[in-house]
Amino acid sequence: MSSTVDLEVQTVTALLLTLLCVTALAVVRMRNLWAAVMLMGIYSFLGASWMLLLDAPDVAFTEAAVGAGISTILALATLALTTTRSKQPARSQAGPLAIVTVTGAVLMYGTVDMPRFGDPEAPASTYPHPSYVERTEHDIHIPNVVTAVLGSYRGYDTLGETVVIFTAGISVLLLLQGSRRRTRDEGGGESP
Amino acid sequence: MFAVATAAVLVTMGLALVRAALGPTVFDRILALNMFGTKTVLLIAVMGFLTGRPDFLDLAIVYALMNFIGVIAVLRFSKYGHFADPDREEVT
Repeated sequence: MSSTVDLEVQTVTALLLTLLCVTALAVVRMRNLWAAVMLMGIYSFLGASWMLLLDAPDVAFTEAAVGAGISTILALATLALTTTRSKQPARSQAGPLAIVTVTGAVLMYGTVDMPRFGDPEAPASTYPHPSYVERTEHDIHIPNVVTAVLGSYRGYDTLGETVVIFTAGISVLLLLQGSRRRTRDEGGGESP
Repeated sequence: MFAVATAAVLVTMGLALVRAALGPTVFDRILALNMFGTKTVLLIAVMGFLTGRPDFLDLAIVYALMNFIGVIAVLRFSKYGHFADPDREEVT
């Protein structure tokens, strides 16, 4: 039974990665940039599903929030300031294609040394201390150790990071708001 | 049973991808993106039950919320061309 489920999960993973490749090729071939932005959103959703299948829900969630959410909006905002059609490249694309192929091959070569997925002997599973793996279920009552470490064992650290990002966002909003109000006052409009 | 459901969701993902790539209008593509987000939620849920560990169902709910907000933002942008409050722009 367990091996059947393993096979099914592997099949779904392979299909998701196939869809990922198809989407990437479609983004590259697309000349309509609005459509390319939509396809990039789909790419992010596919990537997030794949990461979730690899039992990395925190990374998957960040990918969905940043990739499918914020990046889509930022790219659309950029399109509003520029144009929605990309020009045909004037020069040959052989050089960039060769660089991308070589980089991809080097990255794939790098994965050869990595431990098998879910290997209990991998450094990531043995190094900090195996007692985290043993205690998490009892201490935190959630099955994912990484999420338990991020959200509970080092929860104050994560809270600090969130506060920093939140403060930065608020500051940017205040700066933008201030500059807009000033231009309106100079234009002779009634001050709020 | 869950395997069949997974296969159906994956086929629908492929069809939504085709629609997003072919278009032809902006709203075909936005609908395809929204549809793809919904299929991601379904895939997370079905895969949770397929592997016998439906622990990440909460995550599927958050994905659904975020997909909704994202599509609202994209639609609003495609209508007004910016994110500012349209009423406030009229005052200026």
